[in-house]
Amino acid sequence: MSELAAEADVAPAPRPAFRRFFDSDMFHSFIGSPVTVASAVITVLLVAGALAAPLIAPHNPFDPASLSITDSLLPPVWSHDGTSQYLLGTDDQGRDVLSTILYGMRISLSVGFASVLLAIAIGVPLGLIAGYAGGAVDAAIMRVADVQLTFPAILTALLIDGIARGIAGAQAYNDVVFSVLVLSIGLSFWVQYARTVRGSVLVEANKEYVLAARLIGLRPVAILFRHILPNVLGPVLVIATINLALAIITEATLSFLGVGVPPTQPSLGTLIRIGNDYLFSGEWWITMFPGITLAVLVLAVNLLGDWLRDALNPKLR
Amino acid sequence: MLAFAIRRLVQAVGVIVVVALISFALFRFVGDPINQLVGQDTTPAQRAELRKDLGLDDPVVVQFARFIVKATYLDFGISYQFKRPVSQIIAERMPATLELSILSAIFALVVGVPMGVYTGLYPASWLSRVFLAVSLLGVSLPTFLIGILLIFIFSVDLGLLPSFGRGDVVTVWGNWTTGLLTASGLKSLILPTITLGLFQMTLIMRLVRGEMLEVLRTDYIKFARARGLTRRAINFGHALKSTLVPVITITGLQLGSIFAFSIITETVFQWPGLGLLFLQAVQQVDIPIMAAYLMLVAVIFTVVNFTVDLLYVAVDPRIRIRGVKA
Amino acid sequence: MTPTLSVRNLRVEIPTRHGVLTAIDDLSFDIAPGEVLGVVGESGAGKSITGAAIIGLLEPPGRVAGGEIRLAGERVDNLAPAQMRRLRGRRIGMIFQDPLTSLDPLYRIGDQLVETILTHENIPAAAARDKAERLLNEVGIPAAGQRLASYPHQFSGGMRQRVVIALALAADPALVIADEPTTALDVSVQAQIIALIKRLCRERGAAVMLITHDMGVIAETADRVCVLYAGRLAEIGSVRDVVKRPQHPYTAGLMAAIPSLADDLGARLAQIPGSMPRLDAIPKGCAFHPRCEYAFDRCVAARPPLYRTAAGEAACFLHDPERAAPAPAEGAP
Repeated sequence: MSELAAEADVAPAPRPAFRRFFDSDMFHSFIGSPVTVASAVITVLLVAGALAAPLIAPHNPFDPASLSITDSLLPPVWSHDGTSQYLLGTDDQGRDVLSTILYGMRISLSVGFASVLLAIAIGVPLGLIAGYAGGAVDAAIMRVADVQLTFPAILTALLIDGIARGIAGAQAYNDVVFSVLVLSIGLSFWVQYARTVRGSVLVEANKEYVLAARLIGLRPVAILFRHILPNVLGPVLVIATINLALAIITEATLSFLGVGVPPTQPSLGTLIRIGNDYLFSGEWWITMFPGITLAVLVLAVNLLGDWLRDALNPKLR
Repeated sequence: MLAFAIRRLVQAVGVIVVVALISFALFRFVGDPINQLVGQDTTPAQRAELRKDLGLDDPVVVQFARFIVKATYLDFGISYQFKRPVSQIIAERMPATLELSILSAIFALVVGVPMGVYTGLYPASWLSRVFLAVSLLGVSLPTFLIGILLIFIFSVDLGLLPSFGRGDVVTVWGNWTTGLLTASGLKSLILPTITLGLFQMTLIMRLVRGEMLEVLRTDYIKFARARGLTRRAINFGHALKSTLVPVITITGLQLGSIFAFSIITETVFQWPGLGLLFLQAVQQVDIPIMAAYLMLVAVIFTVVNFTVDLLYVAVDPRIRIRGVKA
Repeated sequence: MTPTLSVRNLRVEIPTRHGVLTAIDDLSFDIAPGEVLGVVGESGAGKSITGAAIIGLLEPPGRVAGGEIRLAGERVDNLAPAQMRRLRGRRIGMIFQDPLTSLDPLYRIGDQLVETILTHENIPAAAARDKAERLLNEVGIPAAGQRLASYPHQFSGGMRQRVVIALALAADPALVIADEPTTALDVSVQAQIIALIKRLCRERGAAVMLITHDMGVIAETADRVCVLYAGRLAEIGSVRDVVKRPQHPYTAGLMAAIPSLADDLGARLAQIPGSMPRLDAIPKGCAFHPRCEYAFDRCVAARPPLYRTAAGEAACFLHDPERAAPAPAEGAP
């Protein structure tokens, strides 16, 4: 073999992980798309705003003592009757719209995240079990999933909400309403995760590395969690992002319909509902500002989900 | 083929039975039916009397059987709120929702499919970008927000279209009232139809687009190009047909859900249909109506799913000829 | 006589985020009417891309960046898309590797045949149907008349490939490009399909560009063979000469790597050390020099042009007539 051959076989020195990340295709596709970067920035800003609400909101709309009914229905600051005390105006109870948006976003985001986590916590293990165990267990889980798929998320959420209301009675219901919300939204979404994970498990379980692991004698749980799960996380992540947007919308819809959060702790949906009654009489800000915030938040999350799906799609790489 | 149909039928019945179980459980275990039906000053003795009359002391299985039998006769008892038979109330409100749902489904298909085909064939054109932006909005905006926005623009600002109600309706047949035959009825239908159909339309559009892009990358399309087939033959003969086959199933499932999504639209537009009825039932814990609505949705869904499954088999020769694997 | 296909200095580039990759670099060859030219090389050498470039179906962002492609003397690499479309099927036919995915599963094969026929000929539908049946007969499908109503999935792999051949030849193209036509088929069927392609093309006087990585198929079927390496032409010549007396070290390595029943049973299989470079890492000078046991300093410095050899032409400095050192012995391992 000539020296020239030996030269060509030497591999280049490995680059540090930091550089590898910035060189990776995924990062490039992120940076290269201004829309995605903008969505990420907006999402971070909104989340930060929600987290920091107690610090940066000019008023606390959840504290009934701080509201004065004389300040109700004031227009935004740039309008004729507006004041700088209430930048975006007030609603019918004198609540500052800006502060309510910030606090309301907390509710939307926390309920959204919590329900997605719950859906994952239910759906992923069920999917793993169904895919790996097969047979009667698989059939049973999938039948339950089928029945649940018959009903759209809104219906399931409304149903659970109604049941909780019926069982607990109005008073006790208000105490647990957030748990009920998270439960009802989370329960409506687990099916997608279960199905996707199950599908992935069915594909992976036939691959050689799993057969090898079984030959070595690894217990099924270990195989599931150490080997199959990491391969399944990609699609789960994509579903989770899109799900987050849907969860936020569902919470807002439930609140809008009047079966979500209690009126003393309004979320974005509640504000929109309150404002709906005042649209015709001209007090448009009560509906429009929360509406725009909601739309922007969901849009940003959706765009991030879209980018994530394209970036993680092996077929497009 | 027959075996497949029977299997699906059995599955469908199974789903309905499970839903019936849930509905029945609602009836039996959530709240006390007696309390809902009587006033404050009914004596315990009278309540016990009522319990026996209504058969609430019988074994659960018997009660469930009775429930199922009555359900097949469309008898769901008396509404707690309105003190009238549930079946009557549902029959009155059904036409409103049915009309709205069917029109929205047609809207979603007629607009969504061509948009999807166009963006799949010409992904780089500016019109495609516009369509995609619209689809993004459609998926991101909650239905109620869309409704409110439309009301704001067309009712409040421009004063062109009504913002609530069905307008003047005409009784066509028995219980069936329709808004299609009056000018105000038609005008009232426009905004709710768009609101209800927009989400579905975007889903269909994205689905068709995705399928189209996938199909255009397949080997048989490549081979069709290599054979010199015209663009029209390739795009509309081969690609479109392959695209629509999987789209049928998913679209069918989506359309079934329009019925349930009408809850939101009917609330925004105060549309006197089943959705609004169900919402009020949830708020007032009117169990009979809730149970009946659930059963109705389950039946409609299963029928739609079943039809779609049959359609799918009829359209795809691979399944039709080779037989269906579960 | 004008060659059916004439490729001169073809250059195909693929712009990527990391730079422009040269998939085909200065490739030239001819195919005479009725001749079968084998195009052989490892995966990634550029065989399929050459075929795609000729028929005008390069996947974007790949593009023809230089050189000429002539069909019966007329340039076809610079045609407008509409004109190129008219050529496809009519004057250039192409057969792909996987017959299962090459056929639209939703259409009967009779309809697919008739559609192709009617695209290129203005004849009544009944005549097209007759022609379709005749084509199926020609490619050896029994009960052709009834099989017109069948769907692709109702055929076996070999039968499907016959249908594909019928479709590709339906309009009597002068040039047929067969891209790995037997790779996806059972070994027992491969020989039949290759023989079929050869016979049909000879009967029609069509030129065939047979793309494959299987040297055995080439040896059986082709008249001439060209060997591609990393997008460049390594050697070209008549099959008999190239197989018996390979002149390029790479070709020699390929031939030596084919195990033969005549070899010692205990002997190790011969390999060419290393692997073909990726398109973004093509060595300077001769692309093969890092793996070549005859490489010397000139091989690193400059890219060898094609030199005349005993077998045809080879891109190797060993065959530079002005070189002092002797060429390797005939049949060198």
